[in-house]
Amino acid sequence: MAGFIIFLLVLLVFVIIYQIGKSSELASIIRGEEYVKLKTNRTIASLFVVFFILGIYGIWKCNEYFKGMMLPVAACKTGERYDSMFMVTLAVTGVVFFATQAVLFWFAFKYQSSEKRKSSYFFSHSNSLEVIWTTIPAIAMTILVAIGLRNWFEVTAPAPANAMVVEIVGKQFNWLVRYPGKDNELGVRDFRKINDANNVLGLDWSDPHNADDIISATGEMHLVVNRPVKLLIGSRDVIHDVGLPHFRLKMDAVPGISSTLSFTPTITTAEMKTKTGNPDFVYEIACDQLCGSGHYSMRGTIIVETQEEYDAWMAKQPTYYSNNKPTEVKPVAGNTTEKAEPKATEKAMIN
Amino acid sequence: MNNAAITLDGSHLSHPAISNDHHAEEHHAHEHHEQHFVWKYIFSQDHKMISKQFIITGIIWAIIGALFSVFFRLQLGFPDTSFPIMEKMLGEWAKGGKLTPEFYYALVTMHGTILVFFVLTAGLSGTFANLLIPLQIGARDMASPFMNMLSYWFFFLSSVFMLVSLFVETGPASGGWTTYPPLSALKEASKGAGLGMDLWLISMALFVVSSLLGGLNYISTVLNMRTKGMTMTRMPLTVWALLFTAVLGVLSFPVLFSGFVLLIFDRNFGTSFYLSEIFIGGKALSHIGGSAILYQHLFWFLGHPEVYIIMLPGMGMASEILSINSRKPIFGYFAMIISLVGITFLAFVVWAHHMFVTGMSPFLGSVFVLLTLCIAVPSAVKVFNWLTTLWRGNIRYNVQMCFAIGFVSLFISGGLTGIFLGNSALDIHLHDTYFVIAHFHIVMGVSGIFGMFAGIYHWFPKMFGRFLNSTLGYIHFFVTIIGAYLIFWPMHYEGIAGMPRRYYDISSWQSFKQFQPINGFISIVSIIVFAVQLLFVFNFFFSIFRGRKMTTKNPWGATSLEWTTDIHPIHGNWEGDIPEVHRWPYDYKDDGNGGDFIPQTVPLRPGEENHK
Repeated sequence: MAGFIIFLLVLLVFVIIYQIGKSSELASIIRGEEYVKLKTNRTIASLFVVFFILGIYGIWKCNEYFKGMMLPVAACKTGERYDSMFMVTLAVTGVVFFATQAVLFWFAFKYQSSEKRKSSYFFSHSNSLEVIWTTIPAIAMTILVAIGLRNWFEVTAPAPANAMVVEIVGKQFNWLVRYPGKDNELGVRDFRKINDANNVLGLDWSDPHNADDIISATGEMHLVVNRPVKLLIGSRDVIHDVGLPHFRLKMDAVPGISSTLSFTPTITTAEMKTKTGNPDFVYEIACDQLCGSGHYSMRGTIIVETQEEYDAWMAKQPTYYSNNKPTEVKPVAGNTTEKAEPKATEKAMIN
Repeated sequence: MNNAAITLDGSHLSHPAISNDHHAEEHHAHEHHEQHFVWKYIFSQDHKMISKQFIITGIIWAIIGALFSVFFRLQLGFPDTSFPIMEKMLGEWAKGGKLTPEFYYALVTMHGTILVFFVLTAGLSGTFANLLIPLQIGARDMASPFMNMLSYWFFFLSSVFMLVSLFVETGPASGGWTTYPPLSALKEASKGAGLGMDLWLISMALFVVSSLLGGLNYISTVLNMRTKGMTMTRMPLTVWALLFTAVLGVLSFPVLFSGFVLLIFDRNFGTSFYLSEIFIGGKALSHIGGSAILYQHLFWFLGHPEVYIIMLPGMGMASEILSINSRKPIFGYFAMIISLVGITFLAFVVWAHHMFVTGMSPFLGSVFVLLTLCIAVPSAVKVFNWLTTLWRGNIRYNVQMCFAIGFVSLFISGGLTGIFLGNSALDIHLHDTYFVIAHFHIVMGVSGIFGMFAGIYHWFPKMFGRFLNSTLGYIHFFVTIIGAYLIFWPMHYEGIAGMPRRYYDISSWQSFKQFQPINGFISIVSIIVFAVQLLFVFNFFFSIFRGRKMTTKNPWGATSLEWTTDIHPIHGNWEGDIPEVHRWPYDYKDDGNGGDFIPQTVPLRPGEENHK
């Protein structure tokens, strides 16, 4: 009932505004259409200028407000490159933005029809102008493409040979991280061997490389500062995406396809805490591809630490084999229920 | 039905009486043979009636789609507050006045699908291609009025399926408007991948049929049915834009259709086109060898041209309206056509810039970077030409002129952020963040709909013989443009921080939770903007019956042919012969009698040169 009354009230307000509008139009006919048209012209043209000025002020205010929140500190080499390229692009587009918007609203004001201005300059084309404003954007784009491709090939280049390899696999709705263990080699895995009870990644136990692999189901990844890392990215079910805002990187995790990302973290988590002044700072892994109802909670974390800290942490990690003592259970279809899913989500969030 | 009055006999005699007399006599019996209600208003084959059907269906969908965005904005802005009104309207899906994540994603998906396809494709092209193509090229109707009618009714059927999907128990599709498999292919993956997804696919398949029937008709009409003297280079830019829109649709929608068919097979018939090595719902599936990325290629092969299917009609209408109200020829008519050709061609070869981070070959990525940034050039040319059209004009303000200027402003703002996203090295961080949301909403969503609003305010008198109320129109315009910038400008910053789109709640994220207050602000603005759109809807329907009546044939002082018809044109458009065209559509110049324009139907004066 209340809703209905609100609806009626809104309708009534609309009718009133409409009638006011209509009566002003009728009045304009009495007062002389020409006069009213000029007056409207003046009002609208001035409003455009006001809009532009307030807009510029708003942009300035907005920049102030967001200054500290915008680009977080880049925590790798390519990330720094990224930021400088971002700024160059911002400068180029920024100049074009202000110039064209200013011209647009200035023309909208300046060339309004008025008592003084009764007809326009019937100017219909100029080939030289067209050539100029085709060439200039083309040159600007060429420069931006050149910078872009240089960075693109750098960031997608194969990882150096000494890079540590870490596998990250998405599932609804958390991340599984696998380290190769002492032999430095990840064993073969097979999605048909997956079993939520004791083989979350479907490791093939007939492959000896799997024996010392370490799996973390908490979504926490440990990396060593200044040491290149190559992420092997996969998915168990639907498409996810490893989004690393602090490293300016992103890569889809697609079932059936293996993708990679490589980078070198340059700032440890501890250093970042002091740098940002945020004692709770943590590098986050955000899922960037809609993967279902828990998409927004698919959060992983990265701890970047020194080699010593990493070694000490690694020494304490049990291998997945020792932890799960597989008695070669055959993964019977449907022997585990996915009811455990929300819990997994919570786990990831508590992290 | 009886179309005896309409004979396309090709006798295009010139009809000087039409050209100069803009004061129409009271409209006399405008239908020679009174038609039955059903044939006149429902299964009509009159392009003008079909265009009204498209716009009214489009408006209904726009209200639904925009209302959905208000619902999910409430969740985003105020995640801890409960809104009992949502429970009242959505029931189970918003228990306790708070959206469930599942339904949040369903709303997001439906908002995108509805606005992109049902409003900005069918509602925009359907309305204006139908209304303007025959009227502006001087044809009595479409090449095939029957196919044209089918085009609307397939759209209607498609709408019915989509509407039904909103009411099924497991909810509508919830995998995003792009519906990537495996999420959309596997019923275990989400609730929305159940019956809702099947209905979505059926609806979209029907939509493609509708779009193809329409598109083929538009193309053949433009190519074959122009009146005498209406050479291709004498067509208004609206017709050019609508022609290329149709070309884009006809060439790319079939690819989307094939993508959907394969998805239907994967969902229901056990094939593995998109599925491989999946463990879900506690078991390993038997699918092996498919590629989830294949779907994305098929989808974006339409998906990207689709952006231009939305933009081009707006560009055409903005060009027309800017020129008419600046009382000046459009600047660089041929450059405008060439840039349309360039955009149309390039639109087909840039689709994979939506897929830079899918793990595709970096080399392939670099090719798409190059092609993508190429498209900035014709877009820039168009902007400069619009600006120069205003330069030294004699600008006359009305609501459509405001929307056309707003269109240009938004197109610049949204187009420039495309330069960031088209460059893969920058996209790798910005991909799927709020930056993307800000970019495409400004350049395609708001700018596209501004083109549509401009068109509606401009051609409403042609459609209904009455004017929209301009006071309401100005309120509508200024609140909408200010609101649009207030909503989407801050989203750029959120995206630059890397905040992913499609997050139901950001409170547990260290990197993003600082944006919660600004999300609340955005939500409040979006509610205000939504209310103002309702004001427009009210204006639209009220003015159909109560608007100020049109008293002259050519209220805006335009040169094109649609303003030579009667105030209430008959089915067949011109009572007598179809007028003959003698000059280009932007002849704004001294007509020798104190006027500042010469309609296309006026023969060249002795010694006067044709526009080249």
